[in-house]
Amino acid sequence: MTAITDSGTTPKKATRPPSDSRQRVRKYTADQVPLGSLLLRMFAGLVVLVVFLLPYLIMFFGSVKTKAEIRSVDPTYFPTEWHWENYATMWATPETPLLQNLISTLVISLCATLLVLAVALPAAYYTARFRFSGRLVFLFLVIVTQMVQPAVLTSGLFRQFIALGLLDTWAAMILVNAAFNLSFAVWIMHSFFASIPKEVDEAAQIDGAGTFTVLTKINLPLVWPGIVTAVVFTFVASWNEFAASLVLLTTAGNQPLSVALTKFVGQYETSWHYVFGVSIVAIVPVVLLFMMIEKRLVGGLVAGSVK
Amino acid sequence: MKDLLKALPWIGPAVALIAAVVLFPVGLMFWNSTRDISQSGVDDGGVGLANFATVVGFQYFWPILGRTVVWVVVVVGCTLIGSLALAALLNKAFPGRRLVRMAVIVPWAASVVMTTLVVHYGLEPYFGIINSFLVDVGLISTPEGYGWTRHPGTAFAWAMVVAVFVSLPFTTYTILAGLQTVPGETVEAARIDGAGGLRTYFSVVLPQLRGAVSVAVLINIINVFNSLPILRVMTGSIPGYDADTIMTMIFKYMQNQRQIDLASALSVIAFLVVIAIVAVYVRVVRPLEEV
Repeated sequence: MTAITDSGTTPKKATRPPSDSRQRVRKYTADQVPLGSLLLRMFAGLVVLVVFLLPYLIMFFGSVKTKAEIRSVDPTYFPTEWHWENYATMWATPETPLLQNLISTLVISLCATLLVLAVALPAAYYTARFRFSGRLVFLFLVIVTQMVQPAVLTSGLFRQFIALGLLDTWAAMILVNAAFNLSFAVWIMHSFFASIPKEVDEAAQIDGAGTFTVLTKINLPLVWPGIVTAVVFTFVASWNEFAASLVLLTTAGNQPLSVALTKFVGQYETSWHYVFGVSIVAIVPVVLLFMMIEKRLVGGLVAGSVK
Repeated sequence: MKDLLKALPWIGPAVALIAAVVLFPVGLMFWNSTRDISQSGVDDGGVGLANFATVVGFQYFWPILGRTVVWVVVVVGCTLIGSLALAALLNKAFPGRRLVRMAVIVPWAASVVMTTLVVHYGLEPYFGIINSFLVDVGLISTPEGYGWTRHPGTAFAWAMVVAVFVSLPFTTYTILAGLQTVPGETVEAARIDGAGGLRTYFSVVLPQLRGAVSVAVLINIINVFNSLPILRVMTGSIPGYDADTIMTMIFKYMQNQRQIDLASALSVIAFLVVIAIVAVYVRVVRPLEEV
C-alpha cells in the first residue's frame, strides 16, 4: 500500500492561495496508520458519505417515479420503473413556467457573475498593488458589506426598485446578486494579487508596460485560480439566491427556479417527481462547479473571507 | 487626494455598486420605518416610531423573538459540534477521503430551497419517504406516519435539522483549514508526554482552532439569523405565527399583509440585532485578529 499521510490537500504549484501559514503546515499525526483505525475511519467516512448524499439520492430516485408511485400510500424507496421521460415532460407543468424559470436563473446568474468580475477585478488589483488615501476605508466598506445580507434589506430594495422602475426585472436581481457577492470576490482576488511579488510588476514597467498591460499580461495569468474561485462562488450564490428574488420578481416567468419550486408546496396534489427532476437539473451543474474549486475551499476561503 | 483620484477608475465602480444596492437601501429602509405607507405603496407621511410600537406590540412579537434566539443558538451550536467531529475525521488519512470530502460539499453548492423541499416531501404523512422509513424501523406506530410538517413545533424542529445540515459544509471546511495550521510538533509532544488521542485533541488541537472556530461561528450566526428559505418551505403553509422567526415575520408583513412600513420597522430591528451580535462577538472573541 502506498503511504497514506495525514496531511490535508496535496502540495500545489506556486499559484496556491496566499495564506502564509500554508508553507509552515506540517502533518499532524504519524505517517503510518494501524489497519484497525484505518478501517474505522473508512466506516465513519462511508456513514458521512451516505448521510450527505441521501437527500439528493431521494431526489434522484423520486425524479424518475410516476406521479402515482411518488404519491403512493405505500411508498417505495427505489423506483419500480425508471421513467426518464419525466425529464422531458416536467417543463410543461401548469404550476409555473419552468423553462422560463430556468432561463431567468441562467441569465441572472451569468450577468451577475460578469458584473462582479468587471467591478471586483480592477478594485482587487488596485488595492493590492497601490497605496492611496481612502484605501483602508474602501476595504472596510467591503468587509462591512459581507456582514449584510439581502434578506434583511428586502423592504428597502423593494421600494428602491419600484422607484427606479426596475421592480420585476432581471436587471434588479443582477444588481442585487452582484452587489452582495462583490465583497467576497474582491477579498479573494485581492489576496491572490497581493501574493504576487511587486518586483514582477516593476520589471514589466521598466520594459515600458503601462498599468493596464501589467494587469492583463503579467498578473492575470498568475491570479487565474483566484478569479475562477470568485467566479464560481458568485455564480453558485446567484443561482441559489432566494429571499430577494421572492420579493423583487413578481411575474412567474421572471422568477428563478429557487422561487418557482416553492409554489409546488401546499398544492392539492404536488407533482413531487417534477420538483425533483428540476432540482436535479439545477443542482448537478453547480455541484460540479463547486467541486472544481474544492481544493481552494480549504484555506483560500477563510483567507478570502476574513483577512 | 491626487492618488485617490487616480484610484477612482479602478475602485469607483465597486464603490458605486455598494453604495447604490447596499447602503442606499439601508437608508431607505430606516426612512420607510418611520413613514405610514399604504398597501398600494403611497407614502402618507411620517409617523415617528409608531411602526416600531405596532411591531413590538404585536401579541406574537416576543414569542417570535424568543424562537429566533432558539433558532440561532441551537442551529449554530449543533453545526459547530458536528463540524468539529467531521473536520477531525476528514483531516485524517483513509482511502476514499477525497470522495467523502466531495460529498460533504454537495449541500453547500445545492440550493437550500431544493434541499428543504426534499425533506418536506419526505416528512409528508402517508407517502413521505422519511416518514415511511420511521414507520418501517418502528419509531412511529401509526402506518400513515406523523404529520411533522402540519404542526408548528415539529416543523420548526425539522427546519432546524435542515439548517444544521446545510451549515455543516462551510463550517467543516473552515475548521479543516484551521486544522492544517496546527503544527505537528505540538501534537507529537503531547503524545510523547503520554496524552491519549482525545486528550491531545481537547488540550492541544482544539485551543489552536480558536481562530477558525470563531470566524466560522460568526459567519454562521449571521447566515442562520438571516435564513429565510428553510422556514419558508417547512413552516410557511402553517397558519398562525407559532413557527415564525423575525426573518419569516418580515416577509409575512411584506407579502401577506403588504405592510411595507411595518416590514421596514421589523427589518430595522433585525438589522440592529445583527450589528449588535457582530459587535459584541468581535469584541469578546476577537475572531479577526488571529486568522
